[in-house]
This record gives sequence, C-alpha cells and structure tokens, in this order.
Amino acid sequence: MSTLLQVNDLKVAYGGIHAVKGINLEVKQGELVALIGANGAGKTTTLKTLMGMVKPAGGDILFDGQSTSKLAPHEYVSNGLVMVPEGRGIFSRLTVEENLQMGAYSRNDKAEIAHDLERVYYLFPRLKERQKQLAGTLSGGEQQMVAIGRAMLSRPKLLLLDEPSMGLAPIIVQKIFEIIKMIAAEGVTMLLVEQNAKLALQTANRGYVMESGRITYSDDAAALLANEKVQQAYLGE
Amino acid sequence: MDIFLQQLINGLVVGSIYALIALGYTMVYGIMQLINFAHGEIVMIGAMVTITCINLLLGMGVQMPGPVLLLVGLLMAIPVSMFLGFAIEKVAYQPLRKAPRLAPLITAIGVSIVLQQVAMLIWGRNYRPFPSILPTEVHIIGGAAITDLQIAIIVLALLLMGGLFYLIEKTKLGRAMRATSQNPEVAKLMGVNVNHIISMTFIIGSALGAVAGVMVAANYDQAHAYMGFMIGLKAFTAAVLGGIGNIGGAVLGGILLGIIESLGSGYLGDLTGGVLGSHYKDIFAFVVLIIVLVFRPSGLMGERVAERA
Repeated sequence: MSTLLQVNDLKVAYGGIHAVKGINLEVKQGELVALIGANGAGKTTTLKTLMGMVKPAGGDILFDGQSTSKLAPHEYVSNGLVMVPEGRGIFSRLTVEENLQMGAYSRNDKAEIAHDLERVYYLFPRLKERQKQLAGTLSGGEQQMVAIGRAMLSRPKLLLLDEPSMGLAPIIVQKIFEIIKMIAAEGVTMLLVEQNAKLALQTANRGYVMESGRITYSDDAAALLANEKVQQAYLGE
Repeated sequence: MDIFLQQLINGLVVGSIYALIALGYTMVYGIMQLINFAHGEIVMIGAMVTITCINLLLGMGVQMPGPVLLLVGLLMAIPVSMFLGFAIEKVAYQPLRKAPRLAPLITAIGVSIVLQQVAMLIWGRNYRPFPSILPTEVHIIGGAAITDLQIAIIVLALLLMGGLFYLIEKTKLGRAMRATSQNPEVAKLMGVNVNHIISMTFIIGSALGAVAGVMVAANYDQAHAYMGFMIGLKAFTAAVLGGIGNIGGAVLGGILLGIIESLGSGYLGDLTGGVLGSHYKDIFAFVVLIIVLVFRPSGLMGERVAERA
C-alpha cells in the first residue's frame, strides 16, 4: 500500500507552549488509523495543523507525495484533505441539504454532486427526511451525520475525524462508529482522533498513542488493545 | 387623510432608500461583525459620480431623454462605488482581520472622514444641484401626489432587494456567504476562500449603496460631500431596528424607519402645538435607535434559531 500521509518531526507551538513536540506519523492508502490520548495531549492540534488551520513550528507534512506547506487554507479540500471538526461544526442556520452542499463547495461537477448527495441520503435516511430543516434544530447524533455526510460530499482522499463521539449518548456513539466502519469499507482512508480509546482501537487498523505532545506508542490496533500499559492508561482496565 | 397618505408614500420612498443602504451595513456586519461606517460615503460618492457624469454629458451637448441620462450616470457610478468598497476592505480592513474589534471600527470612522475630505476636494464644499432632467408631473392617488421618480425608486429598490434575496438564498455564492457568516473557520474547511467572500460582500453592498445614493440625490435634487454621514447613520439605525446581520431585518427596518420618520415629521408641528416643526424629522431615527437599543437590542428580526451543542 502506498503512503498517503507522511508526517515528519512535526512541531507546533502556541505562544511559548509546545503543544506538539516532534511527531512522526503515517497513514497508508485505505487504512483507518486512530490517534488516541488524554485531553490536552495535542491530538486536535495535530489535526488542525494537518488541515493548515495552525502553522507548524517545524517538521514537514507530505500528502500524496506533495508538501502541504504552500497550500492556502481553502485549497486543502480540493486536494482531498477533508476534516470533520471537533464539535461537528455544522452551519446551524443552513438547512441539512445546504450543509451537505457546502461539502461540495469546491467541486463543479454538478451531476456527480447530485449523485453523491443521493448516496449520502441513502446512507443516512434520517437526513433525507430532514433535508429542509435547519441543521441547528437536529439532535447531536443527527448533526454528526450531517458533518460526516458533508465531508463525504467533498470526496476525501483522507478524512480526518476529530472526536466524533464527543457529547453524544453511548447508543448514538455506537451508531456513528458503525457509520465510520461503513465508510472505511467503501475505501475511504481515515485518521480518527478520539478520546474513547477502546472504541477507536476496535474500529481502526492501526493506532498511535499521544502523550503531552509526543507519540509514545504506535502499533496495530489489536496489539495496542492488548498492551498492558495502554490498557492501564487509556482503556480503564 | 390625504396628509397621512402623502406621508406614507414619502415614507415608503425614503424607506426603500434606507433599506438599500441598510443592506450594505447588515451584510458586512453579518460576515465580519464590523460596522462599516464608511458605507455612507460610498453612497455619497455614487450620487456625486452620477451628477458629474450627467453634467458632462449635458455639457457635451448629448441629446438623450432624462431617464436615459440618469441611467447612464447610474451605470458609471455603480462600478466606481463597487471598486471603492472593494479597495477600502483590502486596504483598511483586511490587515486588521485578527485585530481586536475596536481597531477596524475606529479605522472605519477614519476611512469615512478621509472619503468626505477627498469628496470635498473633488466636488467642493457646496451643495451640488441634481440636473433638472427628469419629468416633474405628478400623479394624484387618493389626494396624495407621487412622481414618476418616486414610483421608479420604490420599484427599483424592490427589484434589487428581490435580486439580493435570490442571490443569498438560492445561489452557491449566497450559500457560502451565509456559511461564512455563521462559522468562518468551518467554511474555510469546506474550501471557501473567506477573503473572496468578504470582498464580494463589500462589492455587492457598495453597488446597492451607489444606487441608493443616486436615488437620494434625485429625490432631494441635490448632493453634498457630507450627505453620507446622516443618511449612513439613519440606514445603520434601520439595520439595528431590523436586527443587524439579518437581511430581511434590514429591509423591514429601512421601510419602517422611513415611514416613522415621514409620518412623525408630518404631524410633529400639530402634536407639539407648533413648537417643533418638520425640520426636526431627524430626531425620529435616533429616538428609534435608542428605544431599540434599550428594549430590544437584537432588533425586530434578530432572534436566532436555538443552537444545540
């Protein structure tokens, strides 16, 4: 499998605080990789840096063999780097359908967009029922579906998911993770940041554990699940 | 009854103009939470450019019907104002994108003063009469008079507002504008070039402002380098009345303010036993502004949909 994302010695600093202290990370074509760790470990900062929302202090990011350092923030999507942000980031006063259409903002292939929209409605029949409703009136789980469906309409080469379980009831979290598996099965490569480490590692192929800005473990997801230290620190066992 | 109807018509005319200008304030506020105090000057420059153009054409001995001359002048003024709005944003506001909100606000007041002074250098400090090129006969409806110009102002304002609604609600650009105003960070993630959206907002608002400026000049038969100040403040009041950031609110606020001001000034003399005459009409806008700010700061249509976490 070819490497889709290659991160070398990435450092990020906010003011004087070093949030990410030189990490190496890679995601191969077709993989679902989990990045787990405690609150404040630097996971979200890492994702934001991958999307160009935060400028790195050092290191480099290669996506599809190209450095992303020269891209403007709005050019990431058309290159296939797509993120579902923490807290879902839906446009609450746009309708469900308008939110989904925003995912296709940088595309101009009308027929293909219409086709993708139908596919999202097929995957999420609930959204089809609510397509004319303002997205702010939906439940948290439905909003997460909007956020994921919207990302699908961007036709991601690499989909970055930031805390998709945040603020959702356990039963809804299960459902969202089924959706994530379904999307992975369709061949979408994903990097998943998640505090619910167990669920993330059960879903992913490989995992990285992040601690105070550093990667402390990286292995196959099954091996991390079996690792005693990871179990003690993150899996509550 | 005919005084009431007459003032209602006048109020509608003035209100349509306020609404067009208020849209410029509210669109910019909606996208970047900035009160663009220079917007009134864009309106003024629209009026000045049109008058200059018409006078130039008349001076060259061009034989055209008045309304056509006006249209040519208007078509010259719109791009000038559009460019000016675009340039002001690039030069004065874009460098302050990450500054505290007070900085661009004070800059806006500075830009407004600079434009007034520049306009005075170009066009002088006296009132510029609007060329007498338009038909002056009046139609009588139910005892009230209305001119072709007034009818044209109301119709054109409604058409422009309809066009703007269509743009914002039905087009991809409009969708991106709404998305940017709600959440610029996420809009960027969708591939929206936020700087481009902000520029478009200024350009569209300035075009509407130029048209409004020409309407003011034609309706009152004059223009002045300082005219943008008062009309800008009133349109800003209209935007606040409707709920700043709300497109529908700007239209409602503009028309309401026009009618309140017109009816108020029509009856002010009678109500105060002749102590205050209709030349005190400007107080109504600011009384309205104070009442709104005290009792309903979010404006008439400023309510937001509940946002769940």
